[in-house]
Amino acid sequence: MDMSIALILSQDGITNGAIYALLALALVLVFAVTRVIFIQQGEFVAYGALTLAMMQSGVLPATVWMLVVMGALVTALDGGLALKAGQGRRAAGVAGWNLGYPLALAAALGGLAVDELPLAVQVLLTLAIVVPMGPMMYRLMYQPIASAPVLVLLIVSVALHIAMVGLGLLFFGAEGQRTPAFSEFSLELGPLMVSAQTLWVLVVSALLIVGLYQFFGRTLYGKALRATAINRVGAQLMGISPTLAGKLTFFLAAFIGALSGVLIAPITTIYYDTGFLIGLKGFVAAIIGGLASYPLAAVGALAVGLLEAFASFWASAYKEVIVFTLIIPVLLWRSLTSHHVEEEE
Amino acid sequence: MKLRNTLLAALGLAFAATTAQAEIKVGVVLSATGPAASLGIPEKNTISLLPTTIGGEKVSYIVLDDASDTTTAVKNARKLTVEDGVDVIIGSTTSPASLAMVDVAAETKTPMISMAASARIVAPMDDKKRWVFKTPQNDQQMASAIIGHMSANNVKRVSFIGFANAYGEGWYEQFKKLAEAKGIEVAASERFNPADTSVTGQALKLMSVKPDAVFIAGSGTPSALPQKTLRERGYKGPIYQTHGVANNDFLRICGKDCEGTLLPVGPVQMARSLPDSHPVKASALAYVEKYEAANGAGSVSSFGAYAWDAGVLLEAAVPSALKTVKPGSAEFRAALRDALEGVKEVAGATGIYSMSAEDHLGLDDRSRVMIEIRNGTWSLLK
Repeated sequence: MDMSIALILSQDGITNGAIYALLALALVLVFAVTRVIFIQQGEFVAYGALTLAMMQSGVLPATVWMLVVMGALVTALDGGLALKAGQGRRAAGVAGWNLGYPLALAAALGGLAVDELPLAVQVLLTLAIVVPMGPMMYRLMYQPIASAPVLVLLIVSVALHIAMVGLGLLFFGAEGQRTPAFSEFSLELGPLMVSAQTLWVLVVSALLIVGLYQFFGRTLYGKALRATAINRVGAQLMGISPTLAGKLTFFLAAFIGALSGVLIAPITTIYYDTGFLIGLKGFVAAIIGGLASYPLAAVGALAVGLLEAFASFWASAYKEVIVFTLIIPVLLWRSLTSHHVEEEE
Repeated sequence: MKLRNTLLAALGLAFAATTAQAEIKVGVVLSATGPAASLGIPEKNTISLLPTTIGGEKVSYIVLDDASDTTTAVKNARKLTVEDGVDVIIGSTTSPASLAMVDVAAETKTPMISMAASARIVAPMDDKKRWVFKTPQNDQQMASAIIGHMSANNVKRVSFIGFANAYGEGWYEQFKKLAEAKGIEVAASERFNPADTSVTGQALKLMSVKPDAVFIAGSGTPSALPQKTLRERGYKGPIYQTHGVANNDFLRICGKDCEGTLLPVGPVQMARSLPDSHPVKASALAYVEKYEAANGAGSVSSFGAYAWDAGVLLEAAVPSALKTVKPGSAEFRAALRDALEGVKEVAGATGIYSMSAEDHLGLDDRSRVMIEIRNGTWSLLK
């Protein structure tokens, strides 16, 4: 191994690490605010990438129908409650957002020649389809059991993960997809050949991390989420709705997932079940951060990415083993250094 | 008492009915979903084209999906043999799943015809594998075609990258042995997982030994990733792939990076371009036309032909097994096994099968041709 190989491997590791970092941040965020271990994070990655790929091949992405169905269920639940309470205007609002919006989106997609739109518009449409599934999923699956033990929430996540993989197979088919790069431009830095897509991944990840930092530090909603993460009951007493916090968190997590998918779709072939492995590596990183610390999770993600790149060079047959075995010393170290808090029953 | 008699009579009738209408039950395990789905789906489409009567007996097919998962494949094989009592198993699509199913076939003494490539499914012959046959060319036949092409083109050093599973390992063993015999050095050997999203590390390692050619032993669309990475990293030399990539999804995913890729395939892939003198042309074309009539022009792939040839073998073997016993019994399964072993010069879509006690594949060099990807499609190398 010489310097140039080490540099190329580092570049590869950092690119993958950036994606893992985004996913790890989303996992930490979701766990901190709602105590949900968000296993289906990876599925949002695959849904994002494959929805974009379907648009580019000129097919109406089936995910939009999933959005319509989820929206209809939310409307039935929330709209029904609002009507019962005699809040007609609120019911109309619920229906508008949860039913009107998906239907309008489906109509727009059906009417447009989606494969001829500029890439930026396709990306926005992809996000417009996939991201609202996050808060809807929270409303339908997690809100009714928001105070259940972590284990119950985890089991719901596993179920949703399996359901989403199955639906993914139905929507996108068994074959993999690759989308064209955002631009063909590439940069030569000594031995390094940095493609535009790599730069996109790094820049967008960095912007997103800074954006999240600002969001949590400066805005009222961000502070509300932080408050909920630190003390759920206390935050509720201060007038912060745990439902709103949950939906907002899932919105962010779905956004991060779908955006990651869109970013990596030109770099690698995405299958309907690829998301799980990517999500798991984000999870390893989140564990390094103890499912609580954002900076540690981000550092952990870069470490996972780099370890993976170098392991694939030195011992490619054992790459996954090496990456996932990392979790054992990390857990050991965490359980020895941090002090354990029993979960309230 | 009366009720009991009626029941007994009914039971007797039921038994009489089953013996009178003995049918041959074929259990099929294939990977219609999961990573190997692009192989399993054409196989599944082909099963519906297989003969519904052989030697005057009705044949019924029970198809189960293993989702490209070894454990599920074994579970399905067990269900088919124990619950459904099938006379023969066709399956599975992938080598790891087929290797694992060998135990079930041997334990229940049910003949099994695998549609997976690894030579280890039927060799070395032992007490278990005597129940197992397979239709795809061995890695060895395919590897010898590749190595023949390499040595004809002065390749002296090769880098190898294969799947980190039984498929990749099987190829590595075969390839290394044959390459060294021809004086070709395997300078680097790497592995990757079908689900990997990056193989940059492996690609660098492959290129760092300055090979004359790179050989990628993977199947389906995941095999495009190493090739794309190698080209991105500036590797200009020839790239060989296995016949495992010979489907149109691979062309779609790999795009222009796959231009010039060399690979051996079964004759069915090139059935229309084969010279008329080729011994497999007629039987291969028969399958191609039947498949495309049902599934649309240009839809045929080698994988479906493996399932087709399992049907061809059954058609050749079942009549002689039927001479002695009726289906649905252990004796029939044993007779069918012996009959399959006795198949001689039977032309399938993949090649000419001549089985023996030692060779449960029975294919020779007539079962493959070398092709190149040119202008985004497959073309026969002269």
